Amino acid sequence: MSEPLFSVGQRVQIADRTPPVHHRVPSYAKGHVGVIERVCGMHANPELCIRGDGKPFQRIYRVRIPQTDLWAPYEGTDGDKLEIEIFEHWLELAQ
Amino acid sequence: MTGHDDHDHGRTFQPDHPEPTSDAALVGLALRELLIEGGHYTADEEQAVIAEMQGASPENGGKIVARAWTDSDYKQRLLHNGKDAIKELGFDLEPYEFTVMENTEGVHNVIVCTLCSCYPRALLGMSPAWYKSRNYRSRVVREPRGVLSEFGVNLSDDVDVRVHDSTAELRYMVLPQRPVGTDNWSEDDLAALITRDSLIGTQRDLSTK
Amino acid sequence: MNEPWGPHDIGGQMAGPIDLGEHDIAHWEWQIDAMLRLAHKKGLISDFAELRDGIEQLSADDYDRLSYYERWAKSLAYTLLSKEVITDQTLNEKVAEIRARQEAEGLR
Repeated sequence: MSEPLFSVGQRVQIADRTPPVHHRVPSYAKGHVGVIERVCGMHANPELCIRGDGKPFQRIYRVRIPQTDLWAPYEGTDGDKLEIEIFEHWLELAQ
Repeated sequence: MTGHDDHDHGRTFQPDHPEPTSDAALVGLALRELLIEGGHYTADEEQAVIAEMQGASPENGGKIVARAWTDSDYKQRLLHNGKDAIKELGFDLEPYEFTVMENTEGVHNVIVCTLCSCYPRALLGMSPAWYKSRNYRSRVVREPRGVLSEFGVNLSDDVDVRVHDSTAELRYMVLPQRPVGTDNWSEDDLAALITRDSLIGTQRDLSTK
Repeated sequence: MNEPWGPHDIGGQMAGPIDLGEHDIAHWEWQIDAMLRLAHKKGLISDFAELRDGIEQLSADDYDRLSYYERWAKSLAYTLLSKEVITDQTLNEKVAEIRARQEAEGLR
């Protein structure tokens, strides 16, 4: 079991890439910056388990993004949030 | 079972659910017959799985909510580690991480899976057709308040909305606010108040009627 | 907004009003759902990610046009064919057999 790379409250950026395999990052979130809301557990990385190529495990984090960062215009409050689960290898500390 | 063929594999099409004839549905029926003929599973196993899925309903989620409303220590365990807390009540969603989001005066939560339709079926039963629909999945992340108003939930600016997109291995349920005037109610009576939509987040207020 | 990666990557797109109707699940749809779970339980697929991958391989037209369980049926076919659990030929023959039976029964 590896130690988490990120901790709650850290600002992280979601990678903006499109690997040619099944991956669970919606395009609306790619490249955006959010805050780690929760450190979750280790799970099978879906990118590597297609057609039985093995199941390396990766940690998941919940990332909280202000809706006003994602959409323009956005109909709602500045406090409205979008929260998604992202695998560790898609995140790096934001500048 | 109504089949008269001697190799009827438990084909039990009901009068109100006719056998489908589209090309894609035929692929599905064909796969099923091939897998059963190939010995990969039996019609009995199929029936058992269907019965299990049909046995799950939002009543399961309702029991969890009622316990959280009446036992504040349980509620904290549920919010902190939903995966383990539900096991105390005999439920299990492993390997998924069951995660509960609490509605408050200032926060309203709503759940979606934009990429497909992930949903905690063992606790809520089968997902409604709208949850799986293109229009819900596309719009609720971008304009949650507009979508919620279509469900009759109109939120003031005093309430923040949090949309949870079930993109990986978490499965979510909303913990609705306990209605006023239910202070001395039993857990069973409280559980009976809870609706599927309140557990997804497309309903905010629960009626005590 | 970034370009969607596949026909399933629809979060944030503009779309119409939501149909709030409750739609009963047909018996054949329960059977498809059970088949997906049994395929996993019996080790025909190692992870539901394989089935999601199969959905993402659908054409945009198929993704739009097909119903929820029709999409999963096509996804499972794609997955089992690529793993050679079944062959194109046996699948096509079985589809033809079912089609012929339905015609004989006046369903088509």
